[in-house]
Amino acid sequence: MNATESVNAIKGGEFLIRDTPAASIFIPEEWNEEQLMIAETCTNFLAQHVVPNLNRIDEQEEGLMPHLMEEAGALGLLSISVPEEYGGFGKDFKTSMLVTEKLGAGNSFSVAFSAHTGIGTLPILYYGTEAQKAKYIPKLASGEWKGAYCLTEPGAGSDANSGKSRARLSEDGKYYLITGQKMWITNAGFADVFTVFAKIDNDENLSAFIVEKGFEGLSLNTEEHKMGIKGSSTRQVFFNDCKVPVENLLSERQNGFKIAVNILNLGRIKLGGATIGASKEIITQSVRYANEREQFGRPISKYGAIRYKLAQQVIRTYASESAIYRASQNMEEATEHMVATGMDEIKAKLKGTEQYAIEAAIIKVDASETLDYVVDEGVQIYGGMGYSAEAPMDRAYRDSRINRIFEGTNEINRMLTVDMMLKRAMKGELDLMGPAQKVAGELMSIPDFNAVDEEGLFVKEKKYIANFKKAVLMVAGSAVQKLMAQLGKEQEVLMNLADMLIELYVSESIQLRVEKLVGMRGEEACKEHLDMMRVYVNDAAEKINKSGKEALNAFAEGDERRMMLMGLRRYTKTEDLNTTQARRNIAAKVISENKYCF
Amino acid sequence: MKILVCISQVPDTSTKIILKDNNTAINNQGTTWIINPYDEWYALIKALELKESGIATEVHLVTVGKADVEPVIRKALALGGDEAIRIDADSTDSYQTASYIADYARSVGYELVLCGKESIDYNNGTTGTMIAELLDADYIGFATHIQTEGNTVIVQREIEGGEETDSCSLPAVVSCQKGVAEARIPNMRGIMAARTRPLKVIIPTEVVAVTTILSYELPPAKAGIRLINPDNMDELVELLHTEAKVI
Repeated sequence: MNATESVNAIKGGEFLIRDTPAASIFIPEEWNEEQLMIAETCTNFLAQHVVPNLNRIDEQEEGLMPHLMEEAGALGLLSISVPEEYGGFGKDFKTSMLVTEKLGAGNSFSVAFSAHTGIGTLPILYYGTEAQKAKYIPKLASGEWKGAYCLTEPGAGSDANSGKSRARLSEDGKYYLITGQKMWITNAGFADVFTVFAKIDNDENLSAFIVEKGFEGLSLNTEEHKMGIKGSSTRQVFFNDCKVPVENLLSERQNGFKIAVNILNLGRIKLGGATIGASKEIITQSVRYANEREQFGRPISKYGAIRYKLAQQVIRTYASESAIYRASQNMEEATEHMVATGMDEIKAKLKGTEQYAIEAAIIKVDASETLDYVVDEGVQIYGGMGYSAEAPMDRAYRDSRINRIFEGTNEINRMLTVDMMLKRAMKGELDLMGPAQKVAGELMSIPDFNAVDEEGLFVKEKKYIANFKKAVLMVAGSAVQKLMAQLGKEQEVLMNLADMLIELYVSESIQLRVEKLVGMRGEEACKEHLDMMRVYVNDAAEKINKSGKEALNAFAEGDERRMMLMGLRRYTKTEDLNTTQARRNIAAKVISENKYCF
Repeated sequence: MKILVCISQVPDTSTKIILKDNNTAINNQGTTWIINPYDEWYALIKALELKESGIATEVHLVTVGKADVEPVIRKALALGGDEAIRIDADSTDSYQTASYIADYARSVGYELVLCGKESIDYNNGTTGTMIAELLDADYIGFATHIQTEGNTVIVQREIEGGEETDSCSLPAVVSCQKGVAEARIPNMRGIMAARTRPLKVIIPTEVVAVTTILSYELPPAKAGIRLINPDNMDELVELLHTEAKVI
């Protein structure tokens, strides 16, 4: 890509007001041979080392998880995106996302892996001095040392900057003495290096510190008893005048909150990747069981009620995946562009990720809720066996639930989605006002009743998605106008707006993916993909309508409300579609392949 | 010692086999291909172990196939090996395949040729013996353990009711099965190196196949399972006698 193209590339959040050409997005059907080999290594690693040991992992057998991490490290899986000078492989963001996705099927191992390679390693890699990086990164990259991240406190969860942990300089000026209590710390039980957030003296903002396990004053509580991800070590970490050498301050004083936010942006999209990997595995297990389990003389996969579930699992997973890799590509290209214009690579990575923070939040919510849907229906397909701890769905169901809570709850992420969008508009980075006014004007004009006359495989869906954008702009524009400063407090409305944005982004992502795929493979080879796209966009229209209606009824009144509700109906109108037949087609494909095959 | 490892591309065991052209051919559209497990897990890994222990100086991989087998041979190279050779021919005939490999092996001169005990597609298990015959080298099949001492290869193999130890002098061809080595997973370093390791393509002098495939047939669909109550052994015996006709 040259610099001119990058300038014209869609910016973060711009999906609401601009169209994206299908050719410009990355789709997982484009993985190259080397990336597929890496993916296979991950799958084989899980099959040989993790899956046979899932019970032992969940029992937290002494030393097992760190040993598995070291084995993953020996294969190079902990250092995919770590630069070569620090012992890594310097691979691009999409490749590291692919590894996260494939290992995402590894239950508690996946959590330990993600925490280590993400929040455990990246703060030091991205913000560390040369000396800090040289000391810690090669050991984290190889798995010799394991990493953890201490942000959350008993009284500071979603409101992370309100933490009570404090750091003060020792009298000799050689150490920071950290005092405080950190909670829900993943990998704490075996971590060697902790990135710890605390405020220095009475600072307004957090600072970050690199703390080694052996530093005086650090101690661990016992393991938490959790609903799921039981094999993941989760403990409280106590700091009692913990002596941290001054050279272990990470980045600048008071820069900790920024580090936390930026690392979370990455963590969110990565969490999306991991949950999709788990979803695909659960679908494979669901379809295999449905093909084997016979009732009334036939495999239950022959029954429409089960086929519906299988199809829906597949559609949602494929759609979420489309969004994840579309955004991953955007982040990567933005980074490359900034590097090409002279920015330092690490800084460019952070900026590139930050640019698509809205998409990352959308993906975090969407993909975690997709997995929750997939495991829930997985349990249902397994029936009585789904409720038995002997079958795999029990663990999958419990393990899935945390994904809607960590890396920012889905509620926080929904609010952030809208908040970031509006802030960018106010800063003038995103022109929402112009398009929103255009939609308002259109409301007064004679409607075109959404008639689609043109021929073409994607004409209808493109028209629907263009209208979804208008629906969001209309409701959001009106909410801002009516509620103004109060909008931030009307959380129900924010949830509605976020849901509309999520459905819009994911609809557009699956549509663009299928359009590009048809261009590559032809229509005949993509019949089920087209069905997935049609069903998803059709259902998205209903959801956008519902959320929009709820929001408008909450804040608009009188004729204006009636007019906007009419507009909303117009913008979410779709032609009749036999979704039952489409789902049957999709289900038939996975049933015949006996696995997730898209 | 130079070792040549024979690598065959086979369909993944979970791939659904679909026939076409009136059952005279296999529809390979959508097939997932893998390295024949006996070639990968045992023959190739053993060769790599021999190199790692300083016994072998070079490990070369050879496959017979058209360009579409290259991803699989590169996958093998990701595990290790100094170079790969693709003999550009499409063959489902053991004699033809063995002739191509033997012609190539003769031109280079390998002390040891390792292959899997069979490939899991056609399961003939004859290519190794034919290569040995064509090279006029000794052959030991179904190895479960291989070691070398000077110019001798010592092989343990399973036989009916026990195990036998054979030895022969090099050059030799040995076919491998479970026990010879432990399967490995390609690591990142290997995967990245696979791209840069040489993959030579050789156009063979044509050898005529000695077999012709007339038609394919899928195995009968898995029949339903009958569960017999353990308290009712008489019924089981009766069914084994009258229905299954095995006793």
